[in-house]
Amino acid sequence: MQIQTTAEDHRIAKLAAFAIALHMVEAVIPSPLLGVKPGIANIVTLYVLLQYGFTAAAWVSLLRVFAGSLLLGHFLSPTFMLSLMGAVLSLGALSLAIHLPKKHFSAVSLSILAAFAHVTGQLLMVRLWLIPHAGISYLIPIFAAAALFFGIINGLITTKLLYNHKLHSKYD
Amino acid sequence: MLNLLQSPKAHLSALRSGDWLIIIASVVMIVFLFQTLWTHEHAAKVQIRLGDKLHGTYSLNQQRDIDVHGPIGTATIHIAQGKARFSKSPCNNQYCVHQGWLSHAGQAAICLPNQISLELVGEEKLYDSLNY
Repeated sequence: MQIQTTAEDHRIAKLAAFAIALHMVEAVIPSPLLGVKPGIANIVTLYVLLQYGFTAAAWVSLLRVFAGSLLLGHFLSPTFMLSLMGAVLSLGALSLAIHLPKKHFSAVSLSILAAFAHVTGQLLMVRLWLIPHAGISYLIPIFAAAALFFGIINGLITTKLLYNHKLHSKYD
Repeated sequence: MLNLLQSPKAHLSALRSGDWLIIIASVVMIVFLFQTLWTHEHAAKVQIRLGDKLHGTYSLNQQRDIDVHGPIGTATIHIAQGKARFSKSPCNNQYCVHQGWLSHAGQAAICLPNQISLELVGEEKLYDSLNY
């Protein structure tokens, strides 16, 4: 039996593979503070969102979460649930933020909003499920600051990638 | 990526007016979060939780040991001079004991194996967006 695949499926698979690779690289990088990570795989999500639209971005992001956790052995563990919750909320934020006027808001805005949604999702998950009391409120400002910082950096990288893509496609 | 580190200025020019608006709003929000959540108010009471139930709330203005019977054994919580700590715990890793004294409102120590947690609270429970 053979599953019929379209060119779009191939493209999503390729991009998701790329996001998974970044996800794995990031898993190896030690984090100075538990849970604070740059989220470089989100660069791929953003890039796909701006290049191919929301549906493709959602596929790439969720495939990354599922396949990444299978590869790292986290599937269905708390780490996976945190990752999934973060990805779902950040996709939700992106689905709204994509409607912001392009003239005033670049990929950086989308990246920052997605990063905030990501930590919100994770902190809610931690609060409601893993550590059900207010002790983690101490961490909120740190996570928010990290989200802003890495959100800006990831956004700038995405802008650069999109710009390079445009340059290259001119010569194609 | 390296390129980005070398010339941050050139890349910041890629930011548009809305981006700056979002960045400024975020910075304001983060400063506000630090101010509200990192208040170094001295704690008045310690709440001890066993599993998902409140085991008891004790004033920090006393010197006493409290024994809490958790699922894997009895832990001792020591209160003295406005501070509290796990002084004995039956768990293997002893993270809770090594965490040491808690003295500020909002601080917490958790012993996951024994499902006991301490949380210091001020005179009034601070508002927190996840807990309203």
